[in-house]
Amino acid sequence: MKKALITLLFAAALAASASAQMLINGAGATFPQVIYAKWFDQYTKVDSSVRFNYQGIGSGGGQKQILSETVDFGASDGPMSDANLAKAPRALWHIPTVAGAVVVSYNLPGDLKIRLDGPTLAGIYLGKITRWDDLAISGQNPGVALPAQDIIVVHRSDGSGTSYIFTDYLSKVSPAWKTLVGKGTAVNWPAGLGGKGNAGVAGQIRQLSGAIGYIELAYARQNKLPYADLKNASGNYVTPTIDSVVAALASATIPDDFRFSMVNSPGENAYPIAGVTWLLVYQQQKDSAKGEKLVAFLKWAYTDGQKMAAALDYAPLPDAVQARVLARVNEIKY
Amino acid sequence: MRTVTTPDSPAPVKPTSVSRWPDRSFHWLALLAALTLVGLIVLVGWELYRGSRLSIHQFGPRFLVSSQWDPVSDVYGALPFIFGTLVSSLIALVIAVPLGVATALFLTEMAPVRLRQPIITVIELLAAVPSVIFGLWGIFVLVPWLRDHFFRWLKDSLGFLPLFTGPIYGPSMLAGGIIVAIMILPIVTSVSREILRSVPNLQREAAYALGATHWEVIRIAVISYARRGIFGAAVLGLGRALGETMAVTMVIGNRPEISASLFAPGYTLASVVANEFTEATSDLYLNALFELGLVLLAITILVNAVAQLMLRSLAGGAGAKAH
Repeated sequence: MKKALITLLFAAALAASASAQMLINGAGATFPQVIYAKWFDQYTKVDSSVRFNYQGIGSGGGQKQILSETVDFGASDGPMSDANLAKAPRALWHIPTVAGAVVVSYNLPGDLKIRLDGPTLAGIYLGKITRWDDLAISGQNPGVALPAQDIIVVHRSDGSGTSYIFTDYLSKVSPAWKTLVGKGTAVNWPAGLGGKGNAGVAGQIRQLSGAIGYIELAYARQNKLPYADLKNASGNYVTPTIDSVVAALASATIPDDFRFSMVNSPGENAYPIAGVTWLLVYQQQKDSAKGEKLVAFLKWAYTDGQKMAAALDYAPLPDAVQARVLARVNEIKY
Repeated sequence: MRTVTTPDSPAPVKPTSVSRWPDRSFHWLALLAALTLVGLIVLVGWELYRGSRLSIHQFGPRFLVSSQWDPVSDVYGALPFIFGTLVSSLIALVIAVPLGVATALFLTEMAPVRLRQPIITVIELLAAVPSVIFGLWGIFVLVPWLRDHFFRWLKDSLGFLPLFTGPIYGPSMLAGGIIVAIMILPIVTSVSREILRSVPNLQREAAYALGATHWEVIRIAVISYARRGIFGAAVLGLGRALGETMAVTMVIGNRPEISASLFAPGYTLASVVANEFTEATSDLYLNALFELGLVLLAITILVNAVAQLMLRSLAGGAGAKAH
């Protein structure tokens, strides 16, 4: 009898300690998954009473789940459309976290370093420019021995934030692209082969001589793939780096709802194909205890957390933007 | 014809209520299990229909015959995906059925007994390899080899056929079909082997007694006896081929296009759903993806129904021949 009582008490104590550690659930974008995992892991050292559970189910799923409030926060690589935002039961905020670049990689004989501008890239992806020795390409690359070879276009076959940023850029720099194709996580590609994920695209680039494709900067760096310098809005050819992405962020126009596009940013050293990723958070938190913890975490993420970005090949937000986002985080009610 | 007599049929014993109870409960339990399976399919179909109502309403039957798939302007058509699914599955069957049946014949009729078990084990291992592993192997090993050797050879020797024209990229309908063929080979082989094993030895001995050669025995006594079962094995393989997703996506090129050339990239129903579902945000887009699922389910059911009908006529033909 006594033994049973002790067991019971012990079980109750266990249950109590388990519930003392709060679980905050999030779901959505896969692009920032690496840094979010790092943040959530590091944050347990700051506040051990809270644990985050993040599932990278894709931006579509992230938007759906936060709209139906099955998670405490959502995450998305593309801004929510007005139509989807209108479905939210109350004010739903976009909170930008980090930025990333999309690079144009290729497979050409020899160790060539090439330069491209937006309209040429659009021409290639529209299937109008089909050869590497086309004047549009060779004109920008004096002294580079471009082969007399067909261009094989490779794009993402799965819906992705990377495709969104890339097509957003092409829509900005090419009117023809904007009317014929447009921007989206998946589009009706006029040319080329589809590869699944960064790995799928990179794999096809590696194997097909004459191939061109776009992948995340982080993936290209980690796998040592060549990538092109791109001409930005102020006319300079810029190499994609963390710094040139930060420069793009610093010169981008950012509206108050933070739903912005930073492609073709005007900054002198800005790399043109880049984008931020967002957390989706309700202004009025449903559960006040969870809301308090979430806000505390976000404040930490915009101070200490941002410092971890560059090491993982993500671009941190510039100070001015961080300050604006922090001010917004402070307005979250719980 | 009947040789076995049922011993208790003339004197029925009145069962007591005690002995009937387990009988009955088992009957209901089995019925419940069967109904659950049927209910599951109906539920899947219903959910897919519910999820795709918006798209069905918007596009109607045009969805099935339109080739445009444009998530940006919210216009959707399934034809290239239906085409890709059917063609890649057909390629897979054309390769896997002869190969699988030949392997099964070798295993049951020709292979030395010592060799049989090792070969069977290897084939069963093939079935245990996950889809995504086949896909990776496809990208890094199979497709480059196909592109540099097999496809070139095909183009050089059979290039006059429209099937083998156009530029060779590697990822293509043919590569997708070959990957699926490899994946359905174990099931086709295993089922065919079981069927061939069930051919009574009496058949073979009778054929030998008539002076038939080894090949004639296989052709007349074994294959014609097992024809129906082999067809069933092919249908099972086809069922798997239609729904195969991961590996196909990785090697088929993912291009919604209808091309006569097998070197051109294609796209399948299952692949596009797997590829685009996670990032689909607009309602109509999601509905269209659901409708693709519904179409895939319908095709699978249709193909199976046709197969059943063919099986029946085949059985009739075989029966007539035997008399």
